[in-house]
Amino acid sequence: MTKSESEWTWKELPVGNVVLEPGNASQYRTGDWKSLRPVLNKEKCIHCGLCYIFCPDMSYNLNEEGYFIVDLFYCKGCGICAKECPTGAISMVEEEV
Amino acid sequence: MGKRVGMEVSIAAAEAVKQANVDVISAYPITPQTHIVEYLSELVANGEFDAEFFCVESEHSALSVCVGAAAAGARAFTCTSSQGLALMSEITYIASGLRLPMLMIISNRTLSSPLSIWNDHSDVMSIRDCGWIQFFTENGQEVYDHVFISYRLSEDRNVILPVIVNMDGFILSHVIEPIELIDQERIDQFLPPYQPLHRLHPDRPVTMGAFALPSIFAEAKKAQEVALRSSMPKILETWKAFGEMTGRYYHPVEAYKAEDAETLLVTMGSFGETASVAVDMMRQEGRSVGLLKVRLWRPFPFDELKKAALGAKQLVVIDRAISVGGPGGPVASEVKSALYGSDNRPVIYDFIAGISGRDVAPQDFIKMVDKAEIEIEEGNREGYEIYGVRE
Repeated sequence: MTKSESEWTWKELPVGNVVLEPGNASQYRTGDWKSLRPVLNKEKCIHCGLCYIFCPDMSYNLNEEGYFIVDLFYCKGCGICAKECPTGAISMVEEEV
Repeated sequence: MGKRVGMEVSIAAAEAVKQANVDVISAYPITPQTHIVEYLSELVANGEFDAEFFCVESEHSALSVCVGAAAAGARAFTCTSSQGLALMSEITYIASGLRLPMLMIISNRTLSSPLSIWNDHSDVMSIRDCGWIQFFTENGQEVYDHVFISYRLSEDRNVILPVIVNMDGFILSHVIEPIELIDQERIDQFLPPYQPLHRLHPDRPVTMGAFALPSIFAEAKKAQEVALRSSMPKILETWKAFGEMTGRYYHPVEAYKAEDAETLLVTMGSFGETASVAVDMMRQEGRSVGLLKVRLWRPFPFDELKKAALGAKQLVVIDRAISVGGPGGPVASEVKSALYGSDNRPVIYDFIAGISGRDVAPQDFIKMVDKAEIEIEEGNREGYEIYGVRE
């Protein structure tokens, strides 16, 4: 686990700021960028997976019940999933502060 | 010892690139750098030089290829001039920020406009702060020698920075000079194969060129700044090792008849040789004039310059680039910064001369010293002018 970028001192940085640990971008929270968040109405969902396919941040994951569920740690609230959903099962609601 | 051969300086530079066992060459032709890249492409095409030669569509791509090659662990070379360097400028900051060793020779040429193919230092001054180690050379031998010096320094584990060797376009690049070529065996001893610290390889994946948030950017830049500043001992050590091999010793600031001189000329690049002739002429007339030649432009040798300049009454700095609307020429500006904190600092008179390749003869240096001495005598302590402009 890489430590948070705000903890590194200049002397600790690898030469050229090379990132030596592969895949650590997954530790970066983009979920706090959003002002709207997607909410799924499971009654309307037909499990087509278009939200999963179109999500530009790969924030949707298939759960054990067969629903595609958004991971709000990454979701930026762009609304593409709601726009693409053919049954209108996803609606964008305002983030609560 | 090696052979002494009469050859064009650009060809000597290309020969040095071959002798340095460069793996990847990527360049786009632009006057007056063209002969270097032309000759290298011939060597590769004829099978005389085992390197990858990339024909790219622009200088932006030329340096980008070098960045990729160095990231993959190759020894990379490029060269350019003027507008080509301007187009490359974005990537110069990337190469140094990523700490990728490589060499770029700049055959210095004026930046447009007005369009001009001739020599001055306006091209490299546009990327002054790009974070590369930057040398200036006075003659062809220095260009040839600094190819080996630069690669050894650039790849040193205590340095790991890209290097620029500046040579004045046409004045050096197109001139035929006797060049002492060094035997390959000795080059191979001086310059071992490149062993990258980090490189792109599928067996051990790393990310280069990642995004940095404001919370870490300043730390990254501090690390880069310290790396460039603390390369100085290694620069001196590399020059010393080269001197022991060839008998040619180089220093950050070269002094010529400077001891006890009341007036010191300060030059950078090929001006140095002509100015030394002018100093000889003035010394013959009994005038107390010497010369300082700035060889290392980045990291700027503040201490060496101070040591060499303090004691003189006045410095006559001859710049070959204008900082329009700025504090005078770029060299004078640095010299003033170097001396600002010192007591009894000399008065500095700054001339811009030889821009866009206008000839500056020994007599011109004498005229500039005459003018500066009179002006300073009359109380002008902040002299700055473009020399020889028709009013």
